[in-house]
Amino acid sequence: MSVLLEVKDLTAGYGGPAVIEGISFDVFTNEIAVILGPNGAGKSTVIKTIFSLTNVLGGSVQLDGKTITDQKTSKLVTMGVSAVPQSHNVFPNLTVDENLDIGTYAAPPVDKMATREIILGLFPDLRDKLKQPSGELSGGQRQMVAIGRALMCEPTLLLLDEPTAGLSPAYLERIFDLLLDVRKTGVTILMVEQNARQALQIADHGHVFVNGKNFISGTGQELLADENVRNSFLGGAAS
Amino acid sequence: MELTGLFFYLVSILIAGGIYSLLCLGLNIQWGMGGVFNAGIAGFFATGAYASAILTTSTSAKHIGGFDLPVLAGLLGAGIISGCVGWAVAKICIRLKSDYLAMASIGIAEILRLVIVNESWLTNGSLGLSGVPRPFAGLASGRTADIVFLVFIWVIVIAVFFFSQRLYDSPWGRSLRAIRDNEQSASAAGKDVEKFRIQTFAIGCAIMGIAGGLSAHYFRFLSPSATDPLLVTFLVWVMLIAGGSGNNRGAIVGALSIWFLWSVTEIFTNRLPPEWITRSSFVRMLLVGLLLQYVLQRFRAGIIPEKAPKLRYSEEE
Amino acid sequence: MIEFINFYLVPGFAIGSVYALGAVGISMIFGILRFAHFAHGDLMTVGVYGVFAATVVFPVNPFLLVPVGMALAIFAALFVDKVFYQPLRKLPTIYTVISSFGVALIFRSLIQIIGGSENRVFGSGIRPPLILFDTFRLSSLHVQAVTTTAVIAVVLHIFLSKSMTGRSMRAVADDPELAQISGLDTEKVVRWTWIIGAALAAIAGVFAGLDTSAHPNLGWNLLLPMFAAAILGGIGKPMGAMAGGFIIGLAEELSSYHWIGESALISPSYKTAVAFVIMIALLIFKPQGLFKGRLL
Ligand SMILES: Nc1ncnc2c1ncn2[C@@H]1O[C@H](COP(=O)(O)OP(=O)(O)OP(=O)(O)O)[C@@H](O)[C@H]1O
Ligand SMILES: [Mg+2]
Repeated sequence: MSVLLEVKDLTAGYGGPAVIEGISFDVFTNEIAVILGPNGAGKSTVIKTIFSLTNVLGGSVQLDGKTITDQKTSKLVTMGVSAVPQSHNVFPNLTVDENLDIGTYAAPPVDKMATREIILGLFPDLRDKLKQPSGELSGGQRQMVAIGRALMCEPTLLLLDEPTAGLSPAYLERIFDLLLDVRKTGVTILMVEQNARQALQIADHGHVFVNGKNFISGTGQELLADENVRNSFLGGAAS
Repeated sequence: MELTGLFFYLVSILIAGGIYSLLCLGLNIQWGMGGVFNAGIAGFFATGAYASAILTTSTSAKHIGGFDLPVLAGLLGAGIISGCVGWAVAKICIRLKSDYLAMASIGIAEILRLVIVNESWLTNGSLGLSGVPRPFAGLASGRTADIVFLVFIWVIVIAVFFFSQRLYDSPWGRSLRAIRDNEQSASAAGKDVEKFRIQTFAIGCAIMGIAGGLSAHYFRFLSPSATDPLLVTFLVWVMLIAGGSGNNRGAIVGALSIWFLWSVTEIFTNRLPPEWITRSSFVRMLLVGLLLQYVLQRFRAGIIPEKAPKLRYSEEE
Repeated sequence: MIEFINFYLVPGFAIGSVYALGAVGISMIFGILRFAHFAHGDLMTVGVYGVFAATVVFPVNPFLLVPVGMALAIFAALFVDKVFYQPLRKLPTIYTVISSFGVALIFRSLIQIIGGSENRVFGSGIRPPLILFDTFRLSSLHVQAVTTTAVIAVVLHIFLSKSMTGRSMRAVADDPELAQISGLDTEKVVRWTWIIGAALAAIAGVFAGLDTSAHPNLGWNLLLPMFAAAILGGIGKPMGAMAGGFIIGLAEELSSYHWIGESALISPSYKTAVAFVIMIALLIFKPQGLFKGRLL
């Protein structure tokens, strides 16, 4: 297994004091990695920092051995990194089709129509909503549009910030199933999740952050079995 | 002779500078303290000018009034009427965000201008009002009268300055600045944000009205084309930002220094070759436009920046 | 009835098309750069004087020289954006509003310095009106203005909904942060906004200038009705702004028709106030406009 993304000693903030401090972890090629932690732990900040949307104060991020710490966001998209933010992740006045199309502008895929077909295959719900403004969709459908948009540029690394926030358990499972399908197409996924148990079940690795610092990392199974993690993040005893 | 000429030139600059200082103090209450945008300064200035002129001129068949009142009563009336117009405008528009308020206030100034031009029963239309009296006219005659007027105007400027200083440090002023710096948390802290903003706007407009009244008494004549509304509004903005918005001293220093610059450029542009002389006022306008850009980019805090730390209820947004 | 059509309805549409073309730019700038561009009227004047200067050098039909005016307006817009507006982008937008106020003054004084402040009449003066069915007397200029605007509306609509640049513009207007995350080139979008806004402003200015005469205050006098149109149409809705332009134009002209009795409903000298009153009423009661635009 080769390392696709190497985060080393990363310290970053929003102009004021550092929000995350000395974060380190690796993401392996074609795995699903999950970031866990309490609210305000700095999970979103890690994702944003990888995507060059914060002020980096120290440390480095390497993609495929190349340092990307001070690349522009738009450059990262062309390098195969794509992201879905935690909120406001669709263009509400643009139709579903247009949202997907926007995903191709920065880094055009080889065959746009074919990529679109693959994505609509993954998210068949969207097929008959293509002409509808995305602002009029349900939360789960919006999430699909957002992930679809991020996939349109055929990324190698997909960053997702709480893709299942606010979704019903049934929808949550669907999204996770979809992510497993997405992984099969060769994409590496790094995602932040609050639904820790389900996320760890599909994840290859998990990284727990607390107060902007590394707390524990391990494989999904190791974390599910870990006493500390169970007590703090999985609501006590194992199921 | 040369020297007395220069002296009276200086007097005229200081008189106009005093009028601009008042306008700046008024705008400073609105924008500097309250964060309320007003792009219709000229409208309130003109309202005050007409109010005071109508109240103090002798009875005329051509328009309403005049009422032959003393100048001080005229100025008081100017302040009250402009303040009321400002209050009414604020009552309607104050909820608007700054960009929208900018548009609305220009629109309202334009409506005021149309009323002044068209309603000749009120304002004698484009013929204007003449014979507007000077205060203490009995004290001196000829050019020395200007000196009396200079003293009169600066007594008012200083009075308004102390009034503004008191406002700034009063609980009212503190609440106002808190609202300016963070509207959400101020309203969360139970402040009636709208009420404060309406009051600021009305007080600022009243001061602008007094400034308008003073200019009518100074020139003794008033007509719709006497001032270029845009230029007045614009100059006052440049003055306030250059002087230091949020600071009353800054407002006066800004008004005087920009007015001085403006007047000095007149000396230079008057030396231009004759074919350029007709265009000299445009050259000055261009220079002020460029000066504003410079101030906005390099000099935003102004000559005398606001000293008090910005007020916050909390850091949370 | 004939009088109504000839002297109120058609001129209403004609001035409406001027407002419509100007308001599109204002609406797009408001939507994408998020500030009210107070120099937009004077940008129009820049375009008009560009055409005017060109007619002095090449004495042909001024319509052929409109591209010169468009080019000059585009250059002026890109220049002031780069030099004056861009450095202020990170600050509260009100600074950019104040700056644009100053830019308006800079444009106007430059025009007055270079072109003088007197009225200028374009081309060969009186053009015969088109007479249809012996009763409708249409000024050919008015017909040209309305048809040009209609064509532009269609082209612009296709551009915004189909082209990559057009969609990117709508995306940035919708959510600038997500646009950045999606890797869109926001500066390019900003450039296109100015290019389209300035080009349409120049065209609008030429129609206004040909209708009466060109003078340095031409654009400034049109600014507030154009703002009214942009707000009426909903901020960030270019097609709404177009519709808003026609509505404001018609409202202005029709308000001085003698609907009741013999005299004008509203004295023509208050014609310009009609747009302001509509604008202020809208700002207060329906700030999102008729077409559900965004609130800033
Ligand atoms: N744009 C911002 N500017 C300033 N501070 C911010 C910003 N975004 C987040 N923060 C601060 O950074 C800290 C971490 O926030 P972050 O969004 O990374 O948390 P999180 O782990 O994603 O939480 P959640 O589970 O609630 O999404 C918080 O204390 C927050 O106040
Ligand atoms: Mg988060």
